[in-house]
Amino acid sequence: METYRIERTNGMELGLYTLGDLFSAQSTAQQMSEHQRMKDMISMAKLAEEAGLDVFGVGESHQKYFIASSTPTILGTIAGVTKKIKLISASTVLSTSDPVRVYENFSTLDLLSDGRAEIVAGRGSRYGAYDLFGYNLNDYDELFEEKFDLLLKLNTKQPISWEGRFRSPLRNAEIFPKPLNGKLPIWRAVGEHHSSAIQAGKLGVPMHIAALYGASSVFEKRVDAYRRAATESGFDPKKLPIAVATMMYLDKDSKKALKDYFPYLNHTFTRARGIPFPMDRYAEATSIKNAIMVGSPQQIIEKILYQHELYRHNRFIVQIDHGNMPFKKVREVIELFATEVAPAVRKAIKN
Amino acid sequence: MKIVGISGSIVGSKTRTAMEYTFKAIAEKYPDAEVTLIDLAEYKVQFSDGRNYMEYEGDTGYVTKTIMEADAIIIGTPVFQASIPGTLKNIFDLLPVNAFRDKVVSMLVTAGTSKHFLIVEQQLKPILAYMKAQIVQTYVFIEEQDFHRKEIVNDDVLFRLDRLVEDTVMLTETYTNIRKEKEAQYDF
Repeated sequence: METYRIERTNGMELGLYTLGDLFSAQSTAQQMSEHQRMKDMISMAKLAEEAGLDVFGVGESHQKYFIASSTPTILGTIAGVTKKIKLISASTVLSTSDPVRVYENFSTLDLLSDGRAEIVAGRGSRYGAYDLFGYNLNDYDELFEEKFDLLLKLNTKQPISWEGRFRSPLRNAEIFPKPLNGKLPIWRAVGEHHSSAIQAGKLGVPMHIAALYGASSVFEKRVDAYRRAATESGFDPKKLPIAVATMMYLDKDSKKALKDYFPYLNHTFTRARGIPFPMDRYAEATSIKNAIMVGSPQQIIEKILYQHELYRHNRFIVQIDHGNMPFKKVREVIELFATEVAPAVRKAIKN
Repeated sequence: MKIVGISGSIVGSKTRTAMEYTFKAIAEKYPDAEVTLIDLAEYKVQFSDGRNYMEYEGDTGYVTKTIMEADAIIIGTPVFQASIPGTLKNIFDLLPVNAFRDKVVSMLVTAGTSKHFLIVEQQLKPILAYMKAQIVQTYVFIEEQDFHRKEIVNDDVLFRLDRLVEDTVMLTETYTNIRKEKEAQYDF
């Protein structure tokens, strides 16, 4: 765990992440500018730090409705206005990037932030980057595995000699600068592919898994498969942290939370995936066994602890600013999360 | 109500003929319905490569988005080699999982022989069910002998197509009401 800068004694790390989505406004609302949205993301990170949260993540997308394409720049700006909060990508689309460049960017961020940078590397659940940068979606798996291999090697040994299919070879190359303590925590982002969880386990790297909706027990299977694969490959799962990422909405009144949040969730799904969020599936959110994190602080505490029983994860980060959520509400959710949910969760897990 | 027709083959005229009659019947009987007939022969649709349907451009993007916006879909298909044509299967492959949730889908099929009668039952319906369609159970099966010079010459077939239109619209209205009733029970 120490390799990944996770302190067991702290119970569970809690944090926020943003994908920088900027959808066209719902009919009644006014369209927000890219400029304002960018500034709001920085403000949100500052609020998260002030509230005592542990982690802040910024996603990466390269297509309409998402403005976070230059993740290290945004994280760098946040580094300048915060002191303690960990800065992670959530997640870097490694498949369409040069691992050397990614490593340079995050090593720089690590130095600028006094050792707070982490890379969460994924294949991208939105495919805009593939067309834009001239990669073939048919190489979806190969691209990632090759680049992830190089990224991990850059983190273990330099100078490095390396050869692959998708990048010119490296001969005795050294990358500058180095991260603050010589190494960066590098996680594998896992979405809905079971095989990706198994692959993370085989490589013995920490897993950052999305658990957005549906029965929480579904993701338990993925977590188990990850730990089993790690054990079979000779790694100690106790040394490998797991992060769970999802979306969250809080209100003191649980009924009001359920009612107020639905339009934002539905807007997000309709815009980003082209499919409305089914109301009957959303109604299941009232069950503690369902992964949709909407409700009163008490409900969310119970849900997080229930998931912790299943996954024994070490980090839990939530997206709270999606679907054109007004910033006023974002601020309110941060406050409820930090003052009511976080202390209770930390206390319960420490015991 | 948005009704979209898909004429599922890029060769031949029989399916197209039957679809044109069907959409003429809709226009006469339900002038308020918003209808679009997509004849795949008129579009250059690429093979599915796994991306989200909204990310396709050109004809492919037009076809997928039009289908996804429909309340009801009428699929017309010929039978090739004891199955649906690859061009029609590709349309399904381009769409997301659960694409037909909350949509009513009905079918008409043209075939060279009566031996193909159960093809739709055994091959098309399972795909639609998997994609969560509300299926109009009765489909119209039209044989080669029912056509003459790009017209349907069997009155029985014409009556059955009229009924298919009625059933499609009726089921769409009914299903919309059921859904509204269900959604009204939710507090959000």
